[in-house]
Amino acid sequence: MKKKNLAALLMAGVMCFGLLAGCSNSSGETSNPPASQPGSQESQPSGDSGNAGQGSDVVTIKVGGIGPITGDLAQYGTATQWGAQIAVDEINAMNGPIRLEYDFQDDTGVADTAVSAYNKLKDWAKNDPLVIYGCTTTAPCVAVASETYADRYFQLTPSASSPDVTANKDNAFQMCFTDPGQGTAAAEYLKNAGLGTKIGVIYNNGDAYSTGIADAFIAHAKELGLEVVAAQTYPDDKTTDYTVQLNACKDAGADLVFLPIYYTPASLILAQAKQMSYAPIFFGGDGMDGMLDMEGFDKSLAEGLLLMTPFNASGTDERTKTFVETYQAAHEILPNQFAADGYDCMYAIYEACCQLDGIADMDSAQLCDALIALFTGGDFSVDGLTGTSMKWLESGEVSKAPVVVKVVDGVYVTQ
Amino acid sequence: MKKINKTSLNGFINYGIVIAAFALIQILLLIQKKLDVTILSNSLQSLLVPACCYIVMAVSLNLTVGILGELSLGHAGFMSLGAFSGIVASILLQNAIPMAPLRLAVSMAVGAVFGAIGGVIVGVPVLRLQGDYLAIVTLAFGQIIKNIIMVLYVGVDSRGIHLAASKERFDLAADGTAIIKGPMGAVGVTKLASFTAGFVLILITLVVVQNLVNSRSGRAIMALRDNRIAAESVGINVTKYKLMAFVTSAALAGAAGALFGLNYSSTVASKFDFNTSILVLVFVVLGGLGSIRGSIIAAALLYILPEMLRSFNIAEYRMLIYAIVLILVMLVTNNDKLKVLLGRVLPKRKGVVNDG
Repeated sequence: MKKKNLAALLMAGVMCFGLLAGCSNSSGETSNPPASQPGSQESQPSGDSGNAGQGSDVVTIKVGGIGPITGDLAQYGTATQWGAQIAVDEINAMNGPIRLEYDFQDDTGVADTAVSAYNKLKDWAKNDPLVIYGCTTTAPCVAVASETYADRYFQLTPSASSPDVTANKDNAFQMCFTDPGQGTAAAEYLKNAGLGTKIGVIYNNGDAYSTGIADAFIAHAKELGLEVVAAQTYPDDKTTDYTVQLNACKDAGADLVFLPIYYTPASLILAQAKQMSYAPIFFGGDGMDGMLDMEGFDKSLAEGLLLMTPFNASGTDERTKTFVETYQAAHEILPNQFAADGYDCMYAIYEACCQLDGIADMDSAQLCDALIALFTGGDFSVDGLTGTSMKWLESGEVSKAPVVVKVVDGVYVTQ
Repeated sequence: MKKINKTSLNGFINYGIVIAAFALIQILLLIQKKLDVTILSNSLQSLLVPACCYIVMAVSLNLTVGILGELSLGHAGFMSLGAFSGIVASILLQNAIPMAPLRLAVSMAVGAVFGAIGGVIVGVPVLRLQGDYLAIVTLAFGQIIKNIIMVLYVGVDSRGIHLAASKERFDLAADGTAIIKGPMGAVGVTKLASFTAGFVLILITLVVVQNLVNSRSGRAIMALRDNRIAAESVGINVTKYKLMAFVTSAALAGAAGALFGLNYSSTVASKFDFNTSILVLVFVVLGGLGSIRGSIIAAALLYILPEMLRSFNIAEYRMLIYAIVLILVMLVTNNDKLKVLLGRVLPKRKGVVNDG
């Protein structure tokens, strides 16, 4: 009897691991092989065989990514992970002078886990040159950036948009707009487009991204003479009832509601506004991108929605098309701006590395200083999916043109 | 006489384990430095300080849950209080106390004081009641603290300290530094925490908790846990002793929070949410209610486990595996048959098993 129970327990354990082993085999091929096996054969079809012929001219740079691939924010982290993966595969298939070796570590969207993930990447790189790509979200990125600043690693984040990420750190650069930058741009767009006589704002005051945009928007809207009639807050993105905030906007007579929030809560706001037959113009930030691909989301709710996003998945240029096709083939969903930012980050790192002299002999710290000099030099610019001839300011901010799109018949139309 | 020897021996074993672990890690670090080989990876080293914090959290929560017998679901709230007050203290004292270890110690003391104040505020009304009210109120307390700090702006400039509940009212002079910036949390914190400080904090925690438990007050506290009516009938002041255990627990959590906050350059309030409280509770329950040693070992192992799982090729499933491990540990440690089996393999432990 005793042995039987013990055996049952053991069997259960074995089966659990069997299950896991099964998972990692099947999904390993389709989703993200290099995350688990950096530099594996299948991720670089023309990899090692082509490499051998070129001899020592090829320099391999390790790129360590950090972002949430489990937890509440997993959808954003996986997008940055997968988007960058496509770029890495393309770059390595080009057989250029630089190869990228890519690993991505999970931070669950938490600062202390992100620091552990960063240390894991340091262990992974050992003495090889390492560039840090990440983090996806702001709070972990601030924590990691001060570590990379002390350790001298170059860091480029696809989507951590707070100015705190780059403040007082010469080594941290952003691919996305800063939060205040986006808020200001949003206010200016509304002023120029003549939209919204009375503006309501609903934002998450427990989130740095949302508060950052909202504060800057409200301040700049006042300067421009726009009338903000209601500024409503909610404490976290797990909130499911927004009728109070919507009613406040409705009662104040807002005919435009600015939503500098992520798309999950925004989708609920749209649905609840419809239920209470409140139909102002909704205007969102780049966190809104991805809403149309949410499972079970009624696209008609988003009809007429304006949002600021640097990336349009229904774009017609060749590069965007290829990217969207590859991404869809691998992951069965449309890429959003997180994925596109990730893609652009890899090309920014690659193109910068290609321009450096004597990169073969550099360690991480020298590479970091050389890249900083290049990025802030003023001559370096990158064309990507999220903008053309993107440049970086000394502060680490990117300078590219903000784009406003409108949802018409379930697709983005650039305004 | 024999009984007392046994309890104090138990206590000394706990000190021994902690000191031995600290000495071992220091020796390994020394060897690593001398011989230039990798024994403790960067990632393992970065886990040392937070692991110390979580050990202190688990031991202090065990005082409330295991020794006092009241369920607390807001332990992370006290950690949060300690973390942010510690960070503010460390920045305010930057010029007054240039010596980093001393500033860290003062900050941790400030964290402990704020944790204790929080403990008194929660404890005084609630611990007078019978039933599960402490669980309900601490649950709310954790959320309240989180939400307050999320809208709190604290800064310092030449005119003094500024506190505000919204950004508009936060008028900091140009020369000032913002310490806590609402949802952005505290950024630009100078990292002061060290593994040695964590080790010292664990030792202090052990001294405080073990001596409290083995004192006259501790026996009164345990009497309350076992039978409140009987304890009251012999004249034990219920609120006083409950408050004593609860506030001690909160103060230690505050000190751990200060150490934790000063180990990262940025800390956000949402880190110390309900999940963190439950995580600490999981450490306590898996380590064994009332078992200090169990809490130490469980906290250390379970905190490091998910990070260690990164090393294998199953990195994507590490959180899933972590959950499975938790379930298996729960099943195995509560399996009577397995305990008997273990008792046979280790005949010495038979007495312990029966207590169990």
